[in-house]
Formats: sequence, structure tokens, C-alpha cells
Amino acid sequence: MTKQERQILLDPLFDNNPIALQVLGVCSALAVTTQMATAAVMGLAVLFVLAGSNLTVSLIRKRMPGNVRIIIELTIIASLVIIADQVLKAFAYDISKQLSVFVGLIITNCIVMGRAEAFAIHNGPRLSLLDGIGNAGGYAVVLLAVAFFRELLGSGRLFGYAILLPTTQGGWYPTNGLMVLAPAAFFLIGIFIWVLRVWKPAQNEEDFSVGTLFEPGDEEHIR
Amino acid sequence: MQPSAGKTIGFVAAVAVVASILVATSAVALRDRQEFNAVLDMRKKVLGVADLMPAGTTLTPIEITDRFETNIIPLIVTLATGIPDDTIDPNGFDQRAATVDPTTSRPAPANAARVTRLPTHGQVFHVIDDGALTAVILPIVGAGLWSTMYGFIALSPDLRTITGLTFYEHGETAGLGGEIDNPRWQGLWRGRQAFDDSWTPRVTVLKGAAGPAETDPYSVDGLAGATITGRGVTDTIHFWLGPDGFGPYLAFYRLEAGIS
Repeated sequence: MTKQERQILLDPLFDNNPIALQVLGVCSALAVTTQMATAAVMGLAVLFVLAGSNLTVSLIRKRMPGNVRIIIELTIIASLVIIADQVLKAFAYDISKQLSVFVGLIITNCIVMGRAEAFAIHNGPRLSLLDGIGNAGGYAVVLLAVAFFRELLGSGRLFGYAILLPTTQGGWYPTNGLMVLAPAAFFLIGIFIWVLRVWKPAQNEEDFSVGTLFEPGDEEHIR
Repeated sequence: MQPSAGKTIGFVAAVAVVASILVATSAVALRDRQEFNAVLDMRKKVLGVADLMPAGTTLTPIEITDRFETNIIPLIVTLATGIPDDTIDPNGFDQRAATVDPTTSRPAPANAARVTRLPTHGQVFHVIDDGALTAVILPIVGAGLWSTMYGFIALSPDLRTITGLTFYEHGETAGLGGEIDNPRWQGLWRGRQAFDDSWTPRVTVLKGAAGPAETDPYSVDGLAGATITGRGVTDTIHFWLGPDGFGPYLAFYRLEAGIS
């Protein structure tokens, strides 16, 4: 594996994370992260769809008519999502019931379409596949990190195994109700982004403050 | 590059054909397995409320099928009359699907459980141990605070004493109303009396704590912070044990078994 390939595969994990830096795919990150198991399966489903769509789009990129390329990409993504959903219903029924509509909604996940448009239509199949795997990995890393805290603090469990025995089951740990609700995912994703930017300051956006825009003598900032 | 309209249409058609073949193949190839999973899932819930599969245990699909087939007899009853109808195969019957199909359901009369449609036929499960009836399981469905709650209630052969209650699907607030799926709370229902002496549904979820089943047989502990969900549970049980739900069937069965 060349340096470029390794970079394409590993960069999306922390350096160019699709959720933390590009802030894409947040909706499903709120919905499926109450448990590690659902987060892990969702991560795998996105991995399958993203790797598959990047590879397919890259393979047909030279023959694909530019004026209908979005609808073609959507057809490919939608087909992969339906297949992933069908496979989950057949082989992981309980988890697929918990994920309910969110597997189907991978179709609308901006990361998938974004990678097809931004990367796969310009690059060869091998690099596109690596890019798909890397970005799905970046998505899964955030999902698993959020789910780790939500399941541990919200239910006292990890992957369904009791770690902190909750008082409602005769233990000592008073579960944190906030953690099982969607807002907790916002807080945790926010903290994740904060920690990431302290660790990698290059990800900080340039200071942008409305107040400074209109200070007298500072006109060039307005443009 | 801007190809001709013919080429564009041809390309789109080719993609559509390939995609539809893949999707159709996966749907058809996996359908049997998915239907088997759905049946297995329903059987697991029934075994759970029948105490044949304690919470936290896992069984293989073969064990589930085996236990269900030796210990559970599914019955289809005409809801309005309460008389069993053996012209319908209970194994292929899906009460939830029948409830939304206009040909097999009717609008429900106004009720506190906010049930909007009633199926013509309902599904009842008899739990059998060594040839003797040990429980009757009835499906229940009704509105909580936010959501529709789906569950089962199990009655002992005297048709008064509750032996189990479960909710397997709901969208109540996690940690508050959502605790209706907590096995500890569900365990509090065991031994409570569903009906009063004149066979009117009476068991009620309190706001606060109930006494032991011997001295306070008609009450169950409320869930802290979930008054409305608790009320919904009470209304749901009263509806399905009452005249519009499985009341006629329970009356029919009492007559047949000589219970007064």
C-alpha cells in the first residue's frame, strides 16, 4: 500500500472525519447510538453501502453521462441500501428491528452521496474503494464513541452486558436518563469535536465573528 | 462530455435493470428467512410472557420452535362473539396485519385505550403443561403517552389471576414510561387480580406503590414520572379484557370450563 493509499484510508478516521469535521450524517448518529450493538451494525451497513457505491460509481465513471449522474448515483446507493436492509432483516432480525427506518435512511446520508460526487467520479476503483472504507470507518468511530458513553452512562451496559448494575435492576447505579435521549448525542458529538480540535488544532476554523466585521477601520474584513 | 440522448437513456436503462435485478434477487432469496425470523420473534414474546423463556436467557431457533409447539396452542377467536373459529390457520394469522386491513377489521367504539380499529378475529394462546392448561395469553395494544404500546397479558386458568405481562414494542420515554418493558416491573403483575367479583376488569396501575398481592390484589406500583403511561397501561388492559376486546371469549371460556 502506497503512502497515498494509506492516507486515503486513514485520514477520514480523525484528520478529516466526515461527522466531526464535515459535520455530515449527524441525524443517524443521534438515532442509533443508544447502544453499542446498534451503532456497530449501523457502522457496518454504512461501510457496505459506502464502499460499494464508491467502487461502482468509480467503475462506471468514464461512461456515465454527466447530466444524469446524480440520479444514477442515487440508484446505485438506494439499491445497496435495500440489499443491506434485506440482509439485516434475514440475519440480524432483532437489531434490524431496533434500527428500524435508519438503515433505509442511509440513502439520504450525505456522506455516501458526498463521497461519490467528491471522490469516486474523479478517481480509480482501488482508491475509491479505500476512500469509501475510510470514510465509513470515520463515521463508525464517532458512532461507537458516542454509543459507548450513551450505553454505559444511560443503561449501565456495554453491548448489552451489565457493567454498572442500574438501581432499576437492583444494583447501585442510578442511570442517567438524559443519555438515552437524542440530545445527549449532540453533547457527545460536540465534546468529540472539541477534543479532536484540541488534539489536532489544524481543524479549527478561522475565527469568524460578526462583531469584528463591523469594527471601524476594518473594512477589508467585510469582503 | 455530453453524450447523445439515446446513449444517456440507454445507460440509465442499463443501470436501472442491473439495480432492479440485484434488489429483486436479494428480496426473493431472503424472504423465507425473514418470514421465519418474524414468526420466531412472535413466538419468543409469547414464550416470554408464558414463563417458558425467562428474561435474559437465549434459546436457539430450534429450541424456540420446539417449546412453542409442545407448550403453546394458538387459537383464533371471533372477537365479537368470543367463539373460536377453526377455519383460519392460526400459524399464518397476524392480528396486527388483520387490524389494519379494512376487510378483516372494523372501527372500534370510542375507548380510553385509544384503540381505533378492531380486528374481526383475535389471536389467543393457551399454555399447556402435561396436557393441563396453565395460562391463557391475550395480545393487548393501546396508547401510552407518546406511542402505541404492544404487549401480551397472561391469565391463570381461573381467568382472574395475572401470571404475566409484557410490552415488547412502544415508544414511551426511555427511563420513565419506557420502564414498562423492565422485567422487574412486569414481575409485579404476577398474582394480581385482573377482574372483580362481577368480572369487570379492575386491576389498576397506581400513582405510587401498591401493597402485596394478597392484601392489595387490584393494584400495581406506578412508574415514577410515568403517570400517563401507567394510565394508558390500565386503560389498555381494561379495554382488551372488556366487552369490545377479549371479554366475550373469556365469558365463553368460563362457561365451557365451569368457572363462575
